[in-house]
Amino acid sequence: MSEKGISTLGREGLILRLKEAQSKFGYVPQEVMAELAQSLEIPINEVYGVASFYSFLSTRPLGRNVIRICRSLPCYLKGAQTVIEAVEKELGIKPGETTPDGRFSFQLANCIGLCDQAPAMLINQDAHVELTPEKITQILRMYK
Amino acid sequence: MPQQRVVLKNCGVIDPRRIETYLERDGFKALAKVRREMTREQVTDEIKASGLRGRGGAGFPTGIKWEGARQAPGEEKYVICNADEGEVGTFKDRYILERDPFTLIEAMAIAGYAIGAKQGYIYLRAEYHHLFDLLQNAINQAKKSGYLDGFRIEIREGAGAYICGEESALMDSIEGKRGESRYRPPFPTTSGLWGKPTIINNVETLMNIPQIILNGAGWFSQMGTERSKGTKVFSISGDVENPGVYELVLGSPLRELVEDLASAKDIKLIQIGGATGRILPYEKIDTPLAFETVLGAGAVTVYNRSRDVIDIVYRTMEFLAEESCGKCTPCRQGTEVMVEILEKFHRGEGREQDIRNLEALSQVMMLTSLCGLGQAAPNAVMDTLQYFKDAYKKRVVV
Ligand SMILES: Cc1cc2nc3c(=O)[nH]c(=O)nc-3n(C[C@H](O)[C@H](O)[C@H](O)COP(=O)(O)O)c2cc1C
Ligand code: FES
Repeated sequence: MSEKGISTLGREGLILRLKEAQSKFGYVPQEVMAELAQSLEIPINEVYGVASFYSFLSTRPLGRNVIRICRSLPCYLKGAQTVIEAVEKELGIKPGETTPDGRFSFQLANCIGLCDQAPAMLINQDAHVELTPEKITQILRMYK
Repeated sequence: MPQQRVVLKNCGVIDPRRIETYLERDGFKALAKVRREMTREQVTDEIKASGLRGRGGAGFPTGIKWEGARQAPGEEKYVICNADEGEVGTFKDRYILERDPFTLIEAMAIAGYAIGAKQGYIYLRAEYHHLFDLLQNAINQAKKSGYLDGFRIEIREGAGAYICGEESALMDSIEGKRGESRYRPPFPTTSGLWGKPTIINNVETLMNIPQIILNGAGWFSQMGTERSKGTKVFSISGDVENPGVYELVLGSPLRELVEDLASAKDIKLIQIGGATGRILPYEKIDTPLAFETVLGAGAVTVYNRSRDVIDIVYRTMEFLAEESCGKCTPCRQGTEVMVEILEKFHRGEGREQDIRNLEALSQVMMLTSLCGLGQAAPNAVMDTLQYFKDAYKKRVVV
């Protein structure tokens, strides 16, 4: 990578470093953004601009496990709504919320590329497919 | 026209974890051929002659793109594989990557040779992190076997944004920025990643390259229609009995895919190309699938007669409004306003004037949006206003 200028190299790494913080802390804390801004010599609002742009980065604390249920049309046609309701019931939270014990955050996602096995969801990096409300309890049990 | 396995030739046949199984199927022979007996110009000429067009949605002629980057002055050039696959209803690139990462790697190395690039990136969407190890393993094996001498491939992961599939936003994202579309010109072939000449191609586009090199442009251009050569890999889902991935010769009728292969019944309408795609009523089921008619990236979502047209369009627009990068006003504001209007129809509270507003707004967005998202966002609205106007009229308060 030495053939590229230092400045582009540093800038290039911003998303990677934000992702690192995300997996370490479960979100991107303000202090991390401030440090990154300083070390890359860019304004903090630019760092925040990137951190807030991507749906896999969060500027607010998330639970240890992040559930992303697909709500796009092919999954919707296959009953994603009943799966969403099953998760709501099981965890007692709505989309966008985190359980009080910090175990799960629950979000709705756009198509995750598993429409042939709809309805589908991701928990952290793992794909779970052909979901039914009945399967939810068992799947959630795998995540501590 | 029959199913034909060109792109999917090795899928389900080789072991994606073992390069030997790929080598047994002519693996890396095309790369050896270009390095041994073809000039860079001959490679881009061959791709041009094949008539191959981009499979990521826009259908730009691949050979012309490569030629542009080859001729562009500059020592440092880049090859990018677009594996962001965010279009609603598309999953064929995932299917390919899971089953045959080696063909893609060989194709990228050929592209690198053709344009004179030493560095390639695979931009993999964050949602596909589960494919990362498999891909990296394939790159490592190719490297160890000496196939990547002088050409380095790195995987760059996205962080969750549909717009990053758009080529200029994708390059911004690799540069560590917000993924926002760029003004063009300049085009990537002369000023792309870090301002250097860059080619960016969809996974499926690249998958065609080794066979074009080995079998010749003539072999490839025999398949398909006048302006759409080769095959296309379709992702079909929704109200069908057999959802999945099917590869058909371009020009095959929609009916063959939807009814014969996926066994759909009682169809009301078909959305082709995902959220930015077109909507056809069942009566158009004999439409050929090609660039000159409907295609996009080959996402085909089928809706049966129990489905509500307004609900489909409303949800489509909600997606686009959420995923608009926000840089240009027609797209950012246009998609928001369309969601508001469609929501009124959803509640059964539309007005006659709203229909005219949707039509007028569609025109403005198509003409003035910065990138393909905003330009194509009105498609679902316009197509349903053409074919299913009654669905709107029924929701007008009198
Ligand atoms: C909103 C939007 C999203 C896109 N998403 C993708 C995508 O996920 N994958 C892809 O290959 N092309 C996508 N494209 C098309 C790319 O901009 C570009 O045309 C393509 O990667 C070029 O490669 P190709 O010529 O091989 O198709 C998208 C375009 C737009 C406007
Ligand atoms: S629509 Fe849910 S995975 Fe594609």
